[in-house]
Amino acid sequence: MIESVQAYFRALAETHPKWNFIYLYDPVQAARIAEGLWMTLQLAVACVVFSVLIGVAGAWLQGARQAVVRAFVQGYIQFFRNTPPLIQLLFFYFALGQFTPTYSPDGWLEVPVISNVGWAIISLSFFAGAFNVEIFRAGIEAIPESTREAADALGMSRLQIYVYVVFPLAFRVSLPALNNNLVNLVKTTTQAIVIAVPELLYQLVSMYNDYSTSQNACMLLMFVVYITLVGVLVLGMNRWERALRIPGYGA
Amino acid sequence: MNERSWDPSRPIVSIRDVHKSFGDLEVLKGVSFDVMKGEVVCIIGPSGSGKSTLIRCVNALNSIDRGSILVEGQEVHAPDLDMLELRRKVGMVFQQYNLFPHKTALENVMMAPVLVLKEPRREVEERARTLIRKVRLDGKESSYPGELSGGQQQRVAIARSLAMRPDVMLFDEITAALDPETVKEVLVTIRELAEEGMTCILVTHEMGFAREVANHIYFTDRGVIVEHGPPATFFTEARDPRTREFLSQIL
Ligand SMILES: Nc1ncnc2c1ncn2[C@@H]1O[C@H](COP(=O)(O)OP(=O)(O)O)[C@@H](O)[C@H]1O
Ligand SMILES: [Mg+2]
Repeated sequence: MIESVQAYFRALAETHPKWNFIYLYDPVQAARIAEGLWMTLQLAVACVVFSVLIGVAGAWLQGARQAVVRAFVQGYIQFFRNTPPLIQLLFFYFALGQFTPTYSPDGWLEVPVISNVGWAIISLSFFAGAFNVEIFRAGIEAIPESTREAADALGMSRLQIYVYVVFPLAFRVSLPALNNNLVNLVKTTTQAIVIAVPELLYQLVSMYNDYSTSQNACMLLMFVVYITLVGVLVLGMNRWERALRIPGYGA
Repeated sequence: MNERSWDPSRPIVSIRDVHKSFGDLEVLKGVSFDVMKGEVVCIIGPSGSGKSTLIRCVNALNSIDRGSILVEGQEVHAPDLDMLELRRKVGMVFQQYNLFPHKTALENVMMAPVLVLKEPRREVEERARTLIRKVRLDGKESSYPGELSGGQQQRVAIARSLAMRPDVMLFDEITAALDPETVKEVLVTIRELAEEGMTCILVTHEMGFAREVANHIYFTDRGVIVEHGPPATFFTEARDPRTREFLSQIL
């Protein structure tokens, strides 16, 4: 079965040199794709998780009593929202990367403690996190002051009110906007290619540099993978939205 | 330690010459009265006369500019006030119920005792179920606020407040948002509470109810108490023209 598929695409590459699906018959290339896909998945999941955590923490800090803290969060948002993520990646890796300490696993080679993958996760998480702070903030503002006040009158602390009352409600309000931002984030992970993170785009680009006839096949795969990846994310988010729906509440 | 020195022969709530402004607007212009343990006090008066502001000062949801409010001998507006202790002692029910919409009726009632008093869940749940039965909502334990009528939500709100085992209850026009048929079911609950000896301060427009349940009625207008007395004399012998006008409109 597998062998006949491989034979088919090998033959196709011979007869139609523009459609060399090399990764469908060459195990070495298939392994590169698998590696790239795995890296892309890790990158996407890590960035989604961290950016949401940054959003939650940032939205809490935006309500801080200290003006310095609020100003700091505002500065962070402005910086990351108003500069291109591509430049952020380059800046984090090449500028900040120089100042990070190194360690030497074999007593010979010096390796920075934060790898290019690490920098990509940091940079992209902060990028999407800035938008998430704003998204959650809008959600929090939609929660009536009277609900907060009721919790206050029951003796709940500011943190308890945020964790148990305001955020759970605000999160539901924020989900559609969060959904958009996370889709955007997953797509933006491809830009990690500029700091040589071996994710899917990186692998595909190097593949068609090695085998130029595979270019169309590589492009095609790129679209298929991202449509699937984003599709799964959107489906999951919609399910979550439904699961969180409160009977008799909201629209 | 002051609190320990309070004995029940002295007022449980003592309001002395309270002044409160919002910006240029002076809402309370020297209000004083006492409430003894187990008393039911009704505050009536035209809209905007400062009734809500006054009772919100009692549990420190509002600050005051001048004067003093003692709850069980403790100054509510002292800088070193133990806020948690105050909020535990003084329960409040609002006009708009302000339930937590993402929590079931039972969870609404359990939340504060578990989070604030750190009591064991099992114990709290037992008490919460008893309270829900007491406000005649058996069978609605797992309903969300959005699935309950206004009157039912208001009774959950009362149970939620009682779950903290307060010594004083504040009610701010809690039947004003209800349709006439459901007003009664809420008033029945309050009357039972009063009969059990709960100290209640009610802002209300339900004159029939005030006449029946209150020990003392205060009429406020433009930030001052214009007239007060026990219901037997208040309704028949009001001297102040403003009070008489108000009563003639509402009775
Ligand atoms: N937080 C606030 N900020 C500014 N003005 C307020 C605030 N709360 C109440 N007021 C004003 O104080 C006055 C008294 O309000 P309130 O105590 O709610 O009256 P009542 O409950 O008797 O209707 C009103 O004019 C109202 O607009
Ligand atoms: Mg009011």
